[in-house]
Amino acid sequence: MIIVISAQDNTPESRVDPRFGRAAYFLAYNTEDGRYTAVANEQNVMAAQGAGIQAAQAVVALHPDLVVSGNVGPKAFRALSAAKVKVALWSEGTVAEAIELVKANKLQAADGANVEGHWM
Amino acid sequence: MPNLTIAVASGKGGTGKTTVATNLTVALAREGLDVAYVDCDVEEPNGHIFLQPTVDREEEARVAIPSIDPDICTGCGECSDFCQYNALAVLGPSVMLFPELCHSCGGCRLVCPEKAITEIPKTVGRVRTGTSHEAGFIDGTLEVGATQIHPVTSLVRRTVGSHQCAVIDAPPGTTCPTIEAVRDVDYVVLVTEPTPFGLNDLELAVGMVRELGLRFGVVINRSDIGDDRVETFCIRENIPVLLSIPYDLECARAYAGGHLAIDRSETFRHMMVDLYHRVEEGAHD
Repeated sequence: MIIVISAQDNTPESRVDPRFGRAAYFLAYNTEDGRYTAVANEQNVMAAQGAGIQAAQAVVALHPDLVVSGNVGPKAFRALSAAKVKVALWSEGTVAEAIELVKANKLQAADGANVEGHWM
Repeated sequence: MPNLTIAVASGKGGTGKTTVATNLTVALAREGLDVAYVDCDVEEPNGHIFLQPTVDREEEARVAIPSIDPDICTGCGECSDFCQYNALAVLGPSVMLFPELCHSCGGCRLVCPEKAITEIPKTVGRVRTGTSHEAGFIDGTLEVGATQIHPVTSLVRRTVGSHQCAVIDAPPGTTCPTIEAVRDVDYVVLVTEPTPFGLNDLELAVGMVRELGLRFGVVINRSDIGDDRVETFCIRENIPVLLSIPYDLECARAYAGGHLAIDRSETFRHMMVDLYHRVEEGAHD
């Protein structure tokens, strides 16, 4: 299973970034081998519109089963759902803590976006 | 193209653009002029409330958006890389379109190496044509959820027939929708009020019309409130004050009831006719 987490920096000790589309980094964690891959999201941080959509595209390319982020807007949620990626909303700690919660089955998948898009 | 196209605009909302535009139009129609009221405030058209037009034609304003053939698309991502508005996302083998972000540039169709993209029309607004009080009536309304204002305003402007005179009710502000409404007109009437807010937004509007190289003058509405800084500004900048409209309870009552002020106040009707003469002089200077 691959879990992608939005993060404020590129290490497992980084705090989960509460923003999905404009997160600083995405960290992909593979539960099979316990390894992390960090992907910078800098091109979307300053996007005028559609940051969430492009972030979703970048995240989907990492083939995750689950995404953990603080807030996901309606378009990003639609894009992730179209790629059959589940979304869990949580940003109260670090990336490593998020992964422990997922492993312990303590994070529920959301059934919809939890914030309005910034554009509409 | 009308012989004389007048745009009624303002930097600030709520200064009285629609009051001036609707009353000016009908006052001129009653003087025997072949005139049309043209509501270009497509996000909030409200001239129809005062003019109660008989509508005899309606046309859709459309833009082109991409349609991606999933059988041909390989998910290569060229289209999504090209799109500056992030309207396309490659999600595994398929591409997802977010039509509300598309600016209809057509670039995705050109860059697609598989030719999997065609363009399909999307309705973004409606333009109505009719008559009201012996005057022509045209207005445009942006569809709920659509963000493409420019194509609707543009269709409204193209729909104006060959009247002697057209009075455009422009949207407030100094951004793209306003510029599309005032572009290439013969004269811009900037309606303002003598308050600090009115002055601030008038200065912005003056900057816009000067940048566009348009002839213009100012109408000061509710001229007996506030202070004299708008007048001082106009004198200093050598801008003609075409008309000062004092606050009038009868006019306010007419407005609140959705009626034309010229039907309640002969003074106001004269003001509108005088305004037209000032504009006509200014436009042909």
